[in-house]
Amino acid sequence: MPALVVKKRRRKPAQNSQAMGNGKRLKVEDSARLAVTQPSRPTWPYVPAPETHDYIKLAPRYELFVGGKWLKPKSGRHFASINPASEDVLTHVADASSEDVEGAVRAARVAYEKYWRRCPGRERAKYLYRIARAITERSRELAVLESLDTGKPIRESRDFDIPLAAAHFCYYAGWADKLEWAFPNMTPRPLGVAGQIIPWNFPLLMAAWKIAPALACGNTVVLKPAETTPLSALWLAEIIQHADLPPGVVNIITGGPETGAALVRQPQLDKIAFTGSTEVGKEIARECARLQRRVTLELGGKAANIVFDDAPIDQAIEGIINGIFFNQGHVCCAGSRLLVQESVLDLVVHKLSRRMQTLRVGQPLDKNTDVGAINSKAQLEKITALADTGEAAGCTRYETKCTLPARGFWFRPTFFTGVSLSHRIAQEEIFGPVLSVMTFRTPDEAVEKANNTKYGLSAGVWTDKGSKNFKIVSQLRAGVVWANTYNKFDPSSPFGGYKESGFGREGGVHGLLPYLER
Amino acid sequence: MATRVAVRKTHKLYISGAFVRSESSRTFPLSSHGQVFQIARASRKDVRDAVRAARTAWPSWRDRSAYNRGQIVYRLAEIIESRRDQFVDTLRVTGSALGAAEKEVSAAIDRIVWYAGWCDKIEQLLSTKNPVGLSHFNVSSPEPTGVVGSVVPLEPGLIALISALVPVVCGGNCAVVIASDREPLSAVAFAEAIATADVPAGVVNILTGYRPETVPTLAGHMDVNALDLWIADEAQDAAAAQLACNNVKRVRRHGEPPNRFWYTGGAQGPEWIEAFMEIKTVWHPAGV
Amino acid sequence: MAFVPVDAVGLEERASVLSTRSIKRDSKILGLRLAIACMDLTTLEGKDTPERVKQLCRKALTPNPEDLTVPSVAALCIYPQHVAVAKKALRGSTVKVASVATAFPSGLAPRNVKLLEAREAVAAGADEIDMVIDRGAFLAGRYRDVAEEIAAVKEASSPALLKVILETGELATYDNVRRASWLAMEAGADFIKTSTGKIQPAATLPVALAMLEAVRDYEDRTGRSVGVKVAGGIRTAKQALQFLVLVKETLGDDRLDARYFRIGASSLLNDALMQLTKERTGVYQSEDYFTKD
Repeated sequence: MPALVVKKRRRKPAQNSQAMGNGKRLKVEDSARLAVTQPSRPTWPYVPAPETHDYIKLAPRYELFVGGKWLKPKSGRHFASINPASEDVLTHVADASSEDVEGAVRAARVAYEKYWRRCPGRERAKYLYRIARAITERSRELAVLESLDTGKPIRESRDFDIPLAAAHFCYYAGWADKLEWAFPNMTPRPLGVAGQIIPWNFPLLMAAWKIAPALACGNTVVLKPAETTPLSALWLAEIIQHADLPPGVVNIITGGPETGAALVRQPQLDKIAFTGSTEVGKEIARECARLQRRVTLELGGKAANIVFDDAPIDQAIEGIINGIFFNQGHVCCAGSRLLVQESVLDLVVHKLSRRMQTLRVGQPLDKNTDVGAINSKAQLEKITALADTGEAAGCTRYETKCTLPARGFWFRPTFFTGVSLSHRIAQEEIFGPVLSVMTFRTPDEAVEKANNTKYGLSAGVWTDKGSKNFKIVSQLRAGVVWANTYNKFDPSSPFGGYKESGFGREGGVHGLLPYLER
Repeated sequence: MATRVAVRKTHKLYISGAFVRSESSRTFPLSSHGQVFQIARASRKDVRDAVRAARTAWPSWRDRSAYNRGQIVYRLAEIIESRRDQFVDTLRVTGSALGAAEKEVSAAIDRIVWYAGWCDKIEQLLSTKNPVGLSHFNVSSPEPTGVVGSVVPLEPGLIALISALVPVVCGGNCAVVIASDREPLSAVAFAEAIATADVPAGVVNILTGYRPETVPTLAGHMDVNALDLWIADEAQDAAAAQLACNNVKRVRRHGEPPNRFWYTGGAQGPEWIEAFMEIKTVWHPAGV
Repeated sequence: MAFVPVDAVGLEERASVLSTRSIKRDSKILGLRLAIACMDLTTLEGKDTPERVKQLCRKALTPNPEDLTVPSVAALCIYPQHVAVAKKALRGSTVKVASVATAFPSGLAPRNVKLLEAREAVAAGADEIDMVIDRGAFLAGRYRDVAEEIAAVKEASSPALLKVILETGELATYDNVRRASWLAMEAGADFIKTSTGKIQPAATLPVALAMLEAVRDYEDRTGRSVGVKVAGGIRTAKQALQFLVLVKETLGDDRLDARYFRIGASSLLNDALMQLTKERTGVYQSEDYFTKD
């Protein structure tokens, strides 16, 4: 038997020690010394498991999809879309000017008046089913494309983004010819033409969330994908073309913030739907107020994930991890504030710090990657700056220890303890893999702290006690509350926020309201 | 030049995902356009086997997600659309004109698509969260009733069958169908579509035969939860309704409507699904 | 005994995500070798005979005579009657003899009979004892009786290593699996084991995950590392690799070792060998080329 450093047995073993299996613990430094004399311990690394992607054929350049055709932008300008994991240029997409935007809205208006408003619901439904099925048929290549363009792990685009996008089209296809049953005693009618602006965190999924209900209700749309992630929307345009959807019913125009602003200002629109930051959302709301136009907004969040001492702890840890590190934290409903009952703080921090070491940060196209690249340089800078304020304020920082690739935009999963509500990392939306850990003593205090924010998009509650769960969920001022789970989505389940997280719901029966006149 | 000899189909029962002859080995003749078809003639025991198949299949059909059921029903529409010609020909063999047959097949497919879209919405339509006071959470929602016996109209051969059957299945029930003995060919073709459309074995069982021999067994069966009766013969209908009371089945009686009924708005609706669902109400305290 | 609730949906989701890990090439080869080195090659049939056991011992020592780099399995798992024969056949090797005892698989026999069986198996040379807990007592809430019995068997089996079979399929809920795991560890189990393999469901990924999490918490609390054995229904190499992933990502790479992890299986061995040969040669294999024993 090699010599051991015998430690006095303690209640909570030090994090840097290991069990020897004989009641004694061994400090890590000593085990390193002993490694030379002991037989080598097994290690089992996963070799890279890249998803095949050489069959993905991107055109060197994409134009605007307007009136069923691919049109060159009037400006003649295109801009690059890059892969944030490598900074390689993937392709170039068109930069739509005000004139292009106006043309798209006109095409949508013509399609609405001439065809779509007269198209019976049952036929609209069948177009939407075609689109849903086509997404499913091409799901693998769409998933690879999405990962290339966004930096998110292939496992997520394959298992979450793409199937859910198809499901949204399927669900709303079913409503197209059943609108008279959706709301009692009401004759629903479409609004007309909707302008829709979507973010970069779930590009295809957000396109589905916008297009499906709008079309089901009989509207036509002009959709502007985000500047850094236009590609899956452009492939969706191809799918829509192959589905023989009448030209102009869906128009997809790529561009930057100016294109979005131009769209919002278009007088011929009956409706604007926006998902993005609260800051931009307020601007859009002001513009729509000026024009007296209908608008729905899905904005930022700073969700509290509340863990009680009677929670199923290991599943709660998974829920916390998933809540903040899923999609690199680029999620409006991310559980970015952990409110843990003080009596289990040490336990939760111990388990969390240990669990985050098994997160695999790396190439998005590797099937074993858990955490991919940050979507853009700009976002990386924002996250870094905010995380630094946490450290500067004296909070304790924990990170996943890993080597980051040399190229691309990367940020290690991080959490801070010792955070209080007034810290910037507890107040401001970071939109990255950074969790702020705070404590509470009683359920009332938890609710109070959870609600103490200008946001109100989502929240999580972890307790094995049913009556406590039902009580707490009724007190939380958030549009989506996850009890003993997190980040669950379904096309039949309405999603949207309270307060500055926006208004209007997407998904479910309530998701029809933004697109109907009753 | 010699005329090619066609290979004639054997028309069997469809029970538990397989095409089987009647356990009695009996058939009945159907003459049309100079050909005589021998159609399987279901016995009491076949009815018993079909009910057992439906009951066995029920827990897993019920436990699927509504979305999944909707996908399967949509797939059924895909399969029938891809076999349009077969269904049109089958209707013509039993007397429909070409135009009428085309219209019937299109309407049937569209109706299936319509119901596919209800699978994951009917619960939203029929559920309520009830304001029972402050200290309890209370919600009511529909669940499928179980095994439904459907005695479908004698004609039209395809659209009536589909209109009666598909809503039953969309609600999460399993069905034993007593097909028309006047137009059994469409029922058999439909069974082939079911068999190739990912519908799990036992969810839909289709029995051709003579109604006086099959309906009473189904109507009195203690393991059938509900009956959907489209029986023109008043005596047969009344007798079935009496037998159904043995185990308090939920019964709908329609008689046999005129053919044009199936092309009206009244021939489809969420109430057709709701008829075979039970409402469950759950209470849970909400308090810390 | 600290009771920690387990959320079934969350547990199953975690197991499901871990089952999507893609194990390729060198990882696959290394994983399959680890799985074989951690295998308790099992025969537990009423019709087992001495010749059958001897032949299986040869297979346990040299799973693939065409590829001598394949390791021997960890142990042979058999009924007590065959311990002496197995011990003789495996003399001088690293392969251990594990014997079931305590009225396997039902566990329904008088206490003294169960203890006698364990003692005699050890006297015949068994290095390890796989016992079954009294599920009836557990489900009736008599946890103390269950614990006392485990402690008694541990004493009777000394110095053999004790594996405690929970028969998770009969315990039905993950809360029960957690409770039984903790109880067994506190009573002195060296390994906790999922199943007898005689009923379904046997070893599933979520059940194994619940047990691994209990082992982890127990280790945090007491410093003692208890092993986990998964058994029953594990027939394919793919499944074996999925269980290895659970161990790796819950407890760490250093538990991928026969001291801490075992897979009780029989037909799995040949599937693992076929996969290894396929990795080496690039072509899919046929059962004809791998000996049954």
